[in-house]
Amino acid sequence: MEILNQWAFIGMFFLLAPILPAVPILLAAVISPKKPNAIKQATYECGVETVGDTWVQFKVQYYLYGLIFLIFDVEMVFLFPWALAYKQLDFFAFLAGLLFIFLLSDALVYAWRKKVLEWV
Amino acid sequence: MNFGEGLTPEAFAFGLFTILTLGGALGVVTSLNLVRAAIWLMLSLFGIAGYFVLLSAPFLASVQVLVYIGAIGILFSFAVMLTRGMTNLKERFNDQWWLAGLAALTAFVLLMVGVIVPAFGNSGAPVSDQVTTTVDLGVALVSGNQYVLPFEVASLLLTAAMIGAIVIAREDD
Amino acid sequence: MQCDNIINTLAPCLVQSGWNGDLANFASIFLGVIILATFPLLVTIVLIWFERKFAARIQDRLGPNRVGPFGLLQPFADVIKLLGKEDITPAGADKLIYNIAPVMMVMSVLLIWAVVPLSPIHVGMDLEIGALYIISVASFGTLSVIFASWSSNNKYALLGAFRVVAQLISYEVPLALSLLIPVMLAGSMSLVDITQAQAGMWFIFVAPLSAILFFISSQAETGRAPFDLLEAESELVAGFNIEYSGMKFALFFAGEFMHVFTNGVLMAVLFAGGYIGFGGLENSIPLLGIVFLFLKASVFYMLSLLIRNAIPRVRIDQLMNFNWKFLVPVSIVNVVMMAFLLKVVQALGIAPTPELANDFVANIPQTLVLFAGNVVLGLLVMNTVSSRIRKERLQESANRAIVPMGAGD
Repeated sequence: MEILNQWAFIGMFFLLAPILPAVPILLAAVISPKKPNAIKQATYECGVETVGDTWVQFKVQYYLYGLIFLIFDVEMVFLFPWALAYKQLDFFAFLAGLLFIFLLSDALVYAWRKKVLEWV
Repeated sequence: MNFGEGLTPEAFAFGLFTILTLGGALGVVTSLNLVRAAIWLMLSLFGIAGYFVLLSAPFLASVQVLVYIGAIGILFSFAVMLTRGMTNLKERFNDQWWLAGLAALTAFVLLMVGVIVPAFGNSGAPVSDQVTTTVDLGVALVSGNQYVLPFEVASLLLTAAMIGAIVIAREDD
Repeated sequence: MQCDNIINTLAPCLVQSGWNGDLANFASIFLGVIILATFPLLVTIVLIWFERKFAARIQDRLGPNRVGPFGLLQPFADVIKLLGKEDITPAGADKLIYNIAPVMMVMSVLLIWAVVPLSPIHVGMDLEIGALYIISVASFGTLSVIFASWSSNNKYALLGAFRVVAQLISYEVPLALSLLIPVMLAGSMSLVDITQAQAGMWFIFVAPLSAILFFISSQAETGRAPFDLLEAESELVAGFNIEYSGMKFALFFAGEFMHVFTNGVLMAVLFAGGYIGFGGLENSIPLLGIVFLFLKASVFYMLSLLIRNAIPRVRIDQLMNFNWKFLVPVSIVNVVMMAFLLKVVQALGIAPTPELANDFVANIPQTLVLFAGNVVLGLLVMNTVSSRIRKERLQESANRAIVPMGAGD
């Protein structure tokens, strides 16, 4: 019950947190003048009319950063319980953690050597 | 806490998360715009995080948000935006969607029969009365006689995944 | 009556005065959330004034000084003005997502406050997984950037967003890695436990490197100078929020202002003892805990304002290199070193016993060892970096000598 009360609080927070910032937007929507026209609503590109599709293709670079981030994110999922229990664990736990981190650092070193981390 | 007969807050929350999960999933398969589909997917995954909370697994709920919404969701958006012309599909690729639907339906029915039906009449669900915390998870992960091997293999797998991704993405060298 | 949070305090009161138990529970949760979530929003209004004044002084200006005494009412005037601004939705925008994005930005920061311990008895919710919760909800901020840029149907916005997202996700790695250290030291992910574990010694003395790494990466997470690539006006017009105007645009900035202060609060909670003051004063007068927390948070807040105003923007390649080739390796080595030293300290038997964990003197030997380890690692890193940079400079000047002028860049 206590646990669910905790999460009821968090759940309520998730419900109310978007409402609070939405209030000024709604207020502004009521108060502010509305005189739209085609030029005002045109896509802003420093006065030049927009050419072609918005969907210019992006470099794979961004995706690679995303991938490396994902790997480290998943690593974090394993490392947080490890760090949490660390004080009660023996020296073997340190070695296990060390091996885990070492294996992952390999991936970072590989990415570095393959110049994936260079911004081009 | 009990709002009226039968409708406990847990049941209410369960209903809410079910709507989020199933509604999100429905949005994924029905929206023709891939970015919108990705957003629907995030909503669906968020509902699943809610399930984890209801199952008293806050760590997994947090991981669900961190990894699936925060990382994989973003990666999906990147992937969608990287593929030109995929963002504003106006028509379906082919007319075999019913085949996929049929396959999915069959799998669903099989799962229902296999998993859910045996659970009925067995309301004393096999829930362990032992409360496990995230600390226990940490201890189990690095104890020699428990999960230390999977722990290290997971690391190896992640490394392999990353190297594989780099090799595929960088064809030039 | 046990008085540890608003639910346990208010709900029994309401029941005593004849309310239905569930309704009382609901009302107290609702009220608690409203108070806790409005609080940072109100603080932000003051912060906007403070930051403008601060920046103005650094730039030898006066800053806001017309509306009210010392221009204190300026933020309110701004809010009124913003309410009256026409809200332009660009053609071709995805209206729903376009409107959700700024709300989500503010929300991602607000949600952090749900777990921050303000004083020994004032905490929204002491979540068992508080530390992980913080980095989880931060991902909503990254999402809102994607939403904003994609929905506004603008090339520059999209281009800006890609950079921002690359930056935000990259800096999340050292952020989480340095967050591991307080978790490791306290043996808990709950922010209340982490605060309590610092009763004897603040973690900033035990793990100064982690504190610095956390501070730098959280500064980058806010997207402010010197990491303000999202506002690289000279390159991207305005970044991901280019098509936003009026109140929605303001909300992105409110979120940013709030984020900076929230980071200060997090620094205080994770590394500077949170609400813990001196002589156990916060236990006898809990409200003082909030004062202590905010004093500490203000120090970190002003430090980040100083950094913002004093250091020029970095280039995107420098930004990414700084993260992946400096912060991430250093934080990985830092985690390994801290883990090793903690085991050494335990083996030597100089770690404070659980009974003495809150005692200042008992903490000194362990702190000395860990601090020394941090300093050694810090010096090693700085040495490596400076020698590397020297080598690069020499290389560069050697190249300059051969390549004709202007072709080398």
